[in-house]
Formats: sequence, C-alpha cells, structure tokens
Amino acid sequence: MISDCFTVVGKKEGQGPLSIFFDMVIEDEYAGQKSWELAEGKFLNLAISKLIQKSGFSPDEVDLILSGDLLNQLSSSHFAARDLDIPFIGLYGACSTFALSVGLACVFVDGGFAKNIIAATSSHFCSAEKQFRYPLELGCQRPPTAQWTVTGAASFLIKPDDGTNKPKVTHFTVGKILDYGIKDPNNMGACMAPAAFDTITIHLEDTKRDFGYYDIIVTGDLGYVGRKLLEELFKKEGINLPFELFDCGILMFDQNTQDTGAGASGCAASACVFGGYFYKLMLQGTFKKILIVPTGALMSASTVQLGESIPVIAHALSIEVE
Amino acid sequence: MDYIMAFVIGGLICVIGQILIDKTKLTSARVLVLFVTLGAILQGFGLYQKLIDIAGAGATVPLPGFGYSLAKGAIEEVKKIGFVGAFTGGVSRTAGGIAAAVFFGYIIALIFNPKSK
Repeated sequence: MISDCFTVVGKKEGQGPLSIFFDMVIEDEYAGQKSWELAEGKFLNLAISKLIQKSGFSPDEVDLILSGDLLNQLSSSHFAARDLDIPFIGLYGACSTFALSVGLACVFVDGGFAKNIIAATSSHFCSAEKQFRYPLELGCQRPPTAQWTVTGAASFLIKPDDGTNKPKVTHFTVGKILDYGIKDPNNMGACMAPAAFDTITIHLEDTKRDFGYYDIIVTGDLGYVGRKLLEELFKKEGINLPFELFDCGILMFDQNTQDTGAGASGCAASACVFGGYFYKLMLQGTFKKILIVPTGALMSASTVQLGESIPVIAHALSIEVE
Repeated sequence: MDYIMAFVIGGLICVIGQILIDKTKLTSARVLVLFVTLGAILQGFGLYQKLIDIAGAGATVPLPGFGYSLAKGAIEEVKKIGFVGAFTGGVSRTAGGIAAAVFFGYIIALIFNPKSK
C-alpha cells in the first residue's frame, strides 16, 4: 500500500502545467548547496524527511530506505541518506528507478520483512547534463530530440495494507534488458519505446488483462519522440493505442512555452508526476486502476564514448484503489 | 559593405553548424572539431584566406578561423625555419588566443556559477 508521498521539484517544473500538484517547489537550482550533486542530494533528503514528518513517524520507525538516482555510484542518494540514520539500499534503474524502488519496497513489505519503507528517487537537470552529456559551462546546443531532465525528488511511504482506502500496488512486472542498437544519447525516447512495448505486452499476457482493464496506462519518460514510436509499435501488432496512454515526460512541461525539446526525462519525471498528480487523482477516485511503466536508458558517459549501443529497461506497476 | 559581408559569411558558417546539429547525429563536439579541421584544410589549399579577404572577422571569429590560423602559422614557420615549423608554427600563431581563452575562462569561472537556461 502506498500510504503517502512527498514531491519536491525545481523552479522550471514549478512553472509547468502540473505546478499546483507538487508538495514543494525549490526556486534555487543549487538548493543552497555548492554543487549540483549536493543540490540533488538536498532535494532527495527534503523529499524523504518531509515525508517522515508528514506521516508523523520518527525516523527510527522507518525500517528501510530504497533509493536511486542517475549519478555515478548513486552519489545524491548517498548524500541524502547520510544524515538520516536509517538503513539504506541503493538501486540503479536510470529513469525507471521509481518503479524499481516502489516495486521492491512492496515485495519487502508483502513478504513481512519490513513494516515502513520509504521508496525514493531523484534527478537534477544540471547534474544529469554533467553526468551524461556536457557540463553546462560548455553551453552546448541541444538537438530537438533531446529531453529535459526533471529537477526534483519524490518519496513514497510503503506500508502493509491496513484496510484504509489508499492506492495499492497489485502487480510488479520486472522488465528485461533490451537493446535495439540505438546509440544516440540525445534520443533516449526512441531507445526506450521498445522496452515499454515489451513490458506492457508481457504484463497484460501475465495478468490476462487487456488495455480496457486500466483507466489509464502511463509511461515514464518516453517524451514526444518515444511516445510516437510506442504508438507505431502497437499499431504494427494491430493495436490502436488508446489515447488514455499518457506519458509523464509529456505531462511535466509545456513544450511550447518551456523550450524543453522532446519532453521531460529523469528519475524524477515519472516519480514526481505519479506522486504529485496521479496519486492525488487516485485518492480522489478520478482514476481507480493505473498501470505505470517507467522506462530507463542504461548508458553511461563511458559506454557512449566506447560507441556502444544503449541497453534499455522498463518496469510496470499496477496500482489500484477501491 | 565590410560589415554586411562579415555578417553574411559569419552567419552562413553558423547556419551550416545549426543544420549539422539539427539534421545529423553529429554531437556539438564533433561539429567543433570538424569546423577547425575544415578551416585548416581549406587554408592548406590557400582557400580560407580568400574568404577572410571578403568577410574579415566574419570568417576569422567562427571556429574555422582557428583552423585557418593553425594552418597559416604552420606554413609560414616551415618557410622560415624548415620542417620543425610544421609543429611549432600553428601553436605559436594561435598562442595569444589559447592563453586568452584559458585566462578569461579561469577568471569567469571564479566570478560566476553555471546555471541552467
């Protein structure tokens, strides 16, 4: 059961179409820190500690934190957790980390190994550009297929089902690593679309459900390019994608006024859009059954320099409320 | 007239760069290297000088202008001191620009912090 959540986003996200749904907007990209990595850690630390406060726990009542981000050795997750004094497991799934951390937290809770787990993730535009592409100081031109990494962090409190009417994770479909030979790190949407296609297809086969079962199927951060490709992939199979299939990368920013290229990306894209927007709509009963499918492009600066193609993954969470 | 030609030629060089970024998969770093190399090769055949005669700073300020300086410096130095000049000439001629870039880059880094656009 996802008992509660807390989302923190940066200035640009706070000016986007979903601005009113986020719990906290931090205008300063540095969040009062001296580097992007520390700033991202601060965002994540705030998301976690505010969630603990909000749910009325003391930190030692939290059994475990599962968290991940985009940086080398999960730096910002480790920075965020070093002041918290709570057992910690780091996860890497690139932009699919949201599903990975929430899904695994539910496995822990369902198995009875823990009672209160915080599943969290973060990303930061500036640290991600530095990590994967070029440092901002270089002032590089961005090609139109490039996506804009979301600055933000989200945390989710996972507890055993206590009968209250909160969104519950009913299925967690773990994706396979795929690789279709795409090498362009500026076109991650195209890389990741086949992974989303594969995981959605497998999830529906496994659960013997069809598209009609869900009120809405949400993809993570395919953006405009990847989303279009996903439609084409389903069309080849003779399935016309229902328009209810939304993408967090498209919802986060206003493409026309915010100059964000092909849409949003980053761990925080799906995590903040789900936590800020869809979670609240589920509590209100607007949506009762959601399949959320965050996708991840698993490249690093070194693999790009090696000229290697980009492995991709997608995980699916089926989330329902009564 | 000088101003107009500088504007037109300089602008055209930038348009080529923009087209390469939008229409090809070349990264900006590769476009940068391509432009410098192209400037050097063109000057190797004496062609870039002709462009500079027409456009002045419109041709020297964009990146191929740096390649032009490297090639021109190397060629001149070979004429003066022989074969070794091919290695020393280019860098000597562009030393001012390189040192200035390092110096001002350092100063600016001290004063300002990077921000997203």
